[in-house]
Amino acid sequence: MDSGRRTLLVASTVTGGVAVAAAAVPFVASFAPSDRARAAGAPVKADIGDIGPGEMKVFEWRGKPVWVLRRTPEMLESLKQADALVSDPASEKSIQPEYTKNQHRSIKPEYLVAVGICTHLGCSPSEKFKEGAESGMGADWPGGFLCPCHGSKFDLAGRVFKSQPAPTNLDIPPHYYISDTTLMIGEDGKA
Amino acid sequence: MMTKMIQRLKGLLAVVLFAPGLALASEAVHLDKAPVSTDQARLQRGAKIFVNNCMGCHGLSFVRYNHMEQIGLTPEEIEKNLIFIAGAKVGDLMIPAIQAADAKRWFGVRPPDLTLVTRARSSEFGSGADWVYTYLRKFYRDPERPTGWNNEIFPNVGMPHVLYEFQGEQTATVTQGEHGDVLQLSLTKPGKLSVEQYDEAVADLVSFLVWAGDPSANFRKSLGLFVLGFLAVLLVITYLLKLNYWKDVH
Amino acid sequence: MTTKCEALIDWIDARFPLTSTWKAHLSEYYAPKNFNFWYAFGILATVVLAIQIITGIFLVMNYKPDGTLNAAGVPVAFASVEYIMREVNGGWIIRTMHSTGASAFFIVVYLHMFRGLLYGSYRKPRELVWIFGTLIFLALMAEAFMGYLLPWGQMSYWGAQVIVNLFSAIPFIGPDLSLLIRGDYVVSDATLNRFFAFHVCAVPLVLIGLVAAHIIALHEVGSNNPDGIEIKKHKDANGVPLDGVPFHPYYTVKDSFIVVIFLMFFAAVMFFAPEGGGYFLEYNNFLQADPLTTPPHIAPVWYFTPFYSILRAVTYPLFGIDAKFWGVVAMGASVVVLGFLPWLDRSPVKSIRYKGPITKTLLAIFVVVFITLGFLGVKAPDYVFPFGVPGAPVAQIFSVYYFLFFITMPWWSKLDKCKPEPERVNFK
Repeated sequence: MDSGRRTLLVASTVTGGVAVAAAAVPFVASFAPSDRARAAGAPVKADIGDIGPGEMKVFEWRGKPVWVLRRTPEMLESLKQADALVSDPASEKSIQPEYTKNQHRSIKPEYLVAVGICTHLGCSPSEKFKEGAESGMGADWPGGFLCPCHGSKFDLAGRVFKSQPAPTNLDIPPHYYISDTTLMIGEDGKA
Repeated sequence: MMTKMIQRLKGLLAVVLFAPGLALASEAVHLDKAPVSTDQARLQRGAKIFVNNCMGCHGLSFVRYNHMEQIGLTPEEIEKNLIFIAGAKVGDLMIPAIQAADAKRWFGVRPPDLTLVTRARSSEFGSGADWVYTYLRKFYRDPERPTGWNNEIFPNVGMPHVLYEFQGEQTATVTQGEHGDVLQLSLTKPGKLSVEQYDEAVADLVSFLVWAGDPSANFRKSLGLFVLGFLAVLLVITYLLKLNYWKDVH
Repeated sequence: MTTKCEALIDWIDARFPLTSTWKAHLSEYYAPKNFNFWYAFGILATVVLAIQIITGIFLVMNYKPDGTLNAAGVPVAFASVEYIMREVNGGWIIRTMHSTGASAFFIVVYLHMFRGLLYGSYRKPRELVWIFGTLIFLALMAEAFMGYLLPWGQMSYWGAQVIVNLFSAIPFIGPDLSLLIRGDYVVSDATLNRFFAFHVCAVPLVLIGLVAAHIIALHEVGSNNPDGIEIKKHKDANGVPLDGVPFHPYYTVKDSFIVVIFLMFFAAVMFFAPEGGGYFLEYNNFLQADPLTTPPHIAPVWYFTPFYSILRAVTYPLFGIDAKFWGVVAMGASVVVLGFLPWLDRSPVKSIRYKGPITKTLLAIFVVVFITLGFLGVKAPDYVFPFGVPGAPVAQIFSVYYFLFFITMPWWSKLDKCKPEPERVNFK
């Protein structure tokens, strides 16, 4: 094979290859979330003014339930009791914005904002807020959440208890307070 | 340069394909050429005119408010200046507040969605943009219509002249022409804008609708040039390769 | 490295005819060396088929065959096309490729068929190649027709309404048949769903099968060429045709070059004129389907219009059955008659190069007739040419010519004064 032909073969293979790769771009790109999906996934404004102490309201963000739990002083007290029982008390392994990486896992201690999806296999845990045997969770239950699918238990800061199927604490979404009674979920506050 | 050439080619094509029929077509409509612009400031002005005057009844139901970032607006500007519907978010589709059933009761027809109007109204007489541009400037007073308005190129239209406070009032005089009656419109009561200003405002609105009808048009054309350039390189290489192989065939 | 590769190929060859297939269809398939540009359209049709299949698969991921209205009062199917055009990343590229590809397919296939007409590619022993080709054309028409309903615009809707109603012209079973095709009293969601299933599933399977048959039959008998003579008559000591070259690499490199030229035309339309002046994407199809209002002028997409003109040209009832039925028969016959070409042409030579003045004249007129019929099919039935020549009688006369061209071919093709064919192909 003469060298001219070899050069041309290489050149056409490379250019043709680039052309095919470029032609593939829109096809691969079409798998990414569309404008509609992104619009539906946009940050949501949440009115939290009407949540009474000890009550929880669920908002939808990116199709997922986001809990806003207004914790009573007793509930916050129970977190201290739970510190020894949860597997990751300082939230080292879980997903949360830096500004909620604290013991109560929130910006304001009173309000817990968490993605209500179990970190095990994606079910939504149910409320078991009452302390002790009353919620059917055993006498030493400090109050929290129970996942109906595989029984993972979480405290009132969404921290998973020791020896549970769920590997990490519940996710905390990025959020900030627009005012005392409105919350923006899905976006970090502009510092 | 390129666009001019394409325009000219299109014109030529139109003459070749349609001109023979034009002379004898019974419903020949004269459309004014719309000065469509891609200038962002003018598109933004068109967007403002649209949401203020048209969106009460007509939607752009395939366009999201935040698609207008493509015409140089920020989400904050869009939210502040262009969203008038309670509860509408910047990522929402531009659907009008009016209920379809109400609209039908009030106007007799459902006000059409305008996303694609500049494409759907294209015909052998001109582009859809030309049609909208002419239509919005050819309303005249007609006491016989329930709305009090009629239109030269859309006889007995259901829509009243929404922009009349800007254009003012035109009245029609009918003269006997060669092919039947000919309408002659004249401005009898001036509006807030001069004739030139009104034409320019309508042109901005039409430019905005052209953008909304085909938002990828600009990117499409620039990508097209790039693709053609790349293929030209490939053309040369494959031609040389073909010559190289075929030189042995006698 | 090389030995490992060879070992792998040996391993495969012991289980699957890889090397022998490669040789039979590419490296040792000998094609005449004198192909001219008319011989490009077969490979180009294959390229367009590939484009349509790939873009089609990706469109199905976001298209919704649903004729019901969404919250904004727009049919879901129509809205999903705009969704693809505006909201899916790269969606407008994929959709524009598919819509441009539809028209490109017919341009390429019409030229491919005309090539066959020019050089007698349907003559013995290539009758089956030609018949498979005619069937491909029929399948392609079905594919395009059903695909055109999917955007659910006004032209989609009323085009389908008119064409499905054609079937109601068939005596006795007609009305029930068109009801059966639609699955409703008008074209509706049910029709859309079944057309979708046919368009994306059934017809493509048939098409791919027919294309395979077309190519297998061709490679069995070998390609024709612009001289219309058999290269297999003159072989060297190894049995290789003297006027043949191995398809690979000679035609693979030549075809790559041709494919790039084609892609440049394709890209030019796709990026600068995706509506094709209102012929590739009709303006009225930017209006959502409305079962209560027919647009003032409806015409089929350009690639159906020659046959549509023939349909419209029949206006006389015959044997007590109304004209509508005979129009449908004429339209069907105008496609089916192509399949009989191998037995209609009695000329002693295959190629136009050696045919006489009668064939050349009649074929030239045929081209004019076909294009004029296509032009008239786009126009309203009352179209008038310049200088006041009415379109309707022209369409009727030309339709008659269309059939006479084929029906009388056995006589005039034999009568024509042909030149002697050369012994070997002309090259350079």
